[in-house]
Amino acid sequence: MSINEPASVTLSESPGKIALRTLARDRRSWISLSILGVILLLALIAPFYASSIAHTDPFKSTLNATISVGGVTRQVLEPSTEGLGLGITPIGPTGRPGAYFLGADNQGRDVAARLLYGARNTLFIGVSAALVTILLSLLIGLIAGYRRGFVDSVLSRLLDVIWAFPVYLLSISLSVVLLTSGLSLGFIHFGPGSIALPIFIIGIVYIPYVARPIRGQVLALREREFVRAAVGSGAKHSTIIFREILPNVLPSVLVFIPIMFALAMLTESALSFLSIGVQPPQASWGTIINDGLGLLYTRPIVALAPGLLIVLTAASLNLFGDAVRDGLDPKTRPRGDS
Amino acid sequence: MSNEILQIKKLSKNYRLSGSFGRASKDFVHAVEDISLEIIEGETLGIVGESGCGKSTLGRMIVRLEEPTNGSIIFEGRDLAKESNRALRSIRKRLQMIFQDPYASLNPRRQIGKIVEEPLRIHGFKKAERRAIALDLLNKVGLDENSYEKYPHEFSGGQRQRVVIARALALKPRLVVADEPVSALDVSIQAQVLNLFKDIQKELGLTYIFIAHDLGVVRHVSDRIAVMYLGKIVELASADDLYAHPSHPYTQALLSANPRMDTNDKSERIILKGDIPNPINRPAGCAFNPRCPKVQDICRTQSPELIQVAGRKVSCHFPD
Repeated sequence: MSINEPASVTLSESPGKIALRTLARDRRSWISLSILGVILLLALIAPFYASSIAHTDPFKSTLNATISVGGVTRQVLEPSTEGLGLGITPIGPTGRPGAYFLGADNQGRDVAARLLYGARNTLFIGVSAALVTILLSLLIGLIAGYRRGFVDSVLSRLLDVIWAFPVYLLSISLSVVLLTSGLSLGFIHFGPGSIALPIFIIGIVYIPYVARPIRGQVLALREREFVRAAVGSGAKHSTIIFREILPNVLPSVLVFIPIMFALAMLTESALSFLSIGVQPPQASWGTIINDGLGLLYTRPIVALAPGLLIVLTAASLNLFGDAVRDGLDPKTRPRGDS
Repeated sequence: MSNEILQIKKLSKNYRLSGSFGRASKDFVHAVEDISLEIIEGETLGIVGESGCGKSTLGRMIVRLEEPTNGSIIFEGRDLAKESNRALRSIRKRLQMIFQDPYASLNPRRQIGKIVEEPLRIHGFKKAERRAIALDLLNKVGLDENSYEKYPHEFSGGQRQRVVIARALALKPRLVVADEPVSALDVSIQAQVLNLFKDIQKELGLTYIFIAHDLGVVRHVSDRIAVMYLGKIVELASADDLYAHPSHPYTQALLSANPRMDTNDKSERIILKGDIPNPINRPAGCAFNPRCPKVQDICRTQSPELIQVAGRKVSCHFPD
């Protein structure tokens, strides 16, 4: 190519814009974002659904209520007539809008309304924990990779300590301890039932998985010649980190967000299922599965509905994560498209 | 010598091999050993040598991207080797470096204009002023004004190297260290960029230190040439003298390895035996002795000094 060639008339695009354009053309991103959008919308309308459609309080046990379904008055918790005839069977899905659309759980609470409220907790904890992981990892990765030497050794060994434990073992142990005592971080105190606890715990246990690759990238970037050029021009450390290194780390951080969101959400559900995540009467998809465990034979929908939502959300997030990764990776772009 | 712009005195750089947990091991790599050198204002000093001979380390020490282990670098009356990073900040304006790989030396996520302006921003120039200087520089290195808004991925290697040159010139340096600035480029582009180097030197009165492993390239741009071997200068002469009558056996071998166009040239090609020795364990005596065709007993015990021999400096017990 010669310098005398006429300048191209097309507007130049930043690498970020190119990635965004690739992402917008990717069918996977539209499919996954639509599914996630619907789930988010359902979570947002939870209070409206409970008060104006189902007319129930999804956090209150209603042991003796009756409702009228198709002109027939039925008890919400019916004495069991099926099988061995032991215990009670909550009302099943009514199949029409209104109360108990998906039936009740064994305390007579509206499953559909609880699912929507559960979505709020599950999604909020998932997103927050993922952000905690990523922000702390970015901080650790930048410091360790940029300073190298002793600071890096200390930080890396600290990460190794976390990494040495299996994620679930560590989060279960931390949850059990912190749920009884709560957590005091200086002047902030989180009580035993606070959802900040699962956010904090899940946020911490995944740090090594994100911080290590970021550290590696920073180590490589700081040897690149454009960083040396900045040093050679007298740039300060902060200038080098924020203007030269950080913009080049951000793409991989973006790829981590949906993946970590999915992982954090799965971990939250697992902890809540074990009753050491979100605490009653609050709901999350994990706690609802736990509620449905005893009803698996009579009313399987109670456990299956949140299970399906978890699968759907995690799959959509992973699909979106793949699309983001491909969008940001120039190598997967078709030739002649740069 | 009259108007030296930079004086290097007994400069050394040892790299300590790193052990575990951030501690250092006992082994050193002697990348640069005891080099003394003057650079004269307005000249181009070429530095050649095999990879690993320490030429890049020397270049990086001169712009203080590496900290020297020993010795001094006198520039504008100050010893760069001893200045703190803070004090260096103002000196760095007049001392710039151009790197080998034009694909690695531009931040892929920033616009060309911003890249060229960055040194100006660091030194507190106002926005409008920065833009004017950057546009002028882009023009000077042969890129049009539209380049300002573009990103590095839209440019070829040669064009990128022009951007790198523009950035190095932004602060109006007096001395530019160019570390293999054309070796990553196509041969057809190399000449263009080398001519750009010469044009700019003529226009701005710059001094260059031009590091390369390609003797043809160095000959084209250099006034004087220093040949390095294993961290030391073995020969320093004017370009014409060096190519006409290489004095050190290593220089002779290097020059004979250069491909020649003249088929009548029947001069013998000197093939060096063995590899460049491990810089952790330098050979005793002259570092070149295990590969030297003229080796004598003294070469194995006594290291030759770089001494003045008939208008040039040679470090050999038996110079030609």
